[in-house]
Amino acid sequence: MAEKQSEIRYLTPINIEIKKDKYCRFQKSGIKYIDFKDPDFLLKFVNEQGKILPRRVTGTSLKFQRKVTQAVKRARHLALMPYVGDMLK
Amino acid sequence: MNRYETVFILTPVLSEAQTKEAAGKFEKILKDGKAKIINSEFWGMRKLAYPIQKKSTGFYQLVEFEASGDVIEKLEVAFRRDERILRFLTVKLDKHAIAYAEKRVKLRAEKA
Repeated sequence: MAEKQSEIRYLTPINIEIKKDKYCRFQKSGIKYIDFKDPDFLLKFVNEQGKILPRRVTGTSLKFQRKVTQAVKRARHLALMPYVGDMLK
Repeated sequence: MNRYETVFILTPVLSEAQTKEAAGKFEKILKDGKAKIINSEFWGMRKLAYPIQKKSTGFYQLVEFEASGDVIEKLEVAFRRDERILRFLTVKLDKHAIAYAEKRVKLRAEKA
């Protein structure tokens, strides 16, 4: 019975996906205020269509995710950032 | 006396003199309301991310000032009345934002 079990050989070795622990980049780098006036920094938190990236992707903490969202929405209001766009691919 | 910053977009059809005059008009409104203007930047002609009122570029102007609350009401009424203004946004600054603003001014001074 036991040998049969060890008989099982996988075609492709199962790769255990290394869990990269996410961290909040604002707490780590000590940024306290997210400015809505420089769109290049805000583009990091927005996907290609211009939608705001969720926390589970960026790993930011709730407090700073709200600040990012507010800053992005203000930048959109001032046409510094598009509401819907196909910017940097 | 709270700390505010306001950014507004002027229609691109204006000449250089008219944009200066428009910006000056709003600074005058602030001065009438006994506000203290700390920093005002003219970003010049920039491309808008999406067309506003069928225009795709605009003159951006930033004004940072310290004022009491009621001045903002007058300022925004003036913004709405003036048809040269495409869009405006007034924001109250908290202590982190004030620290950031001062650092930003120093940064720009060094760079310029």
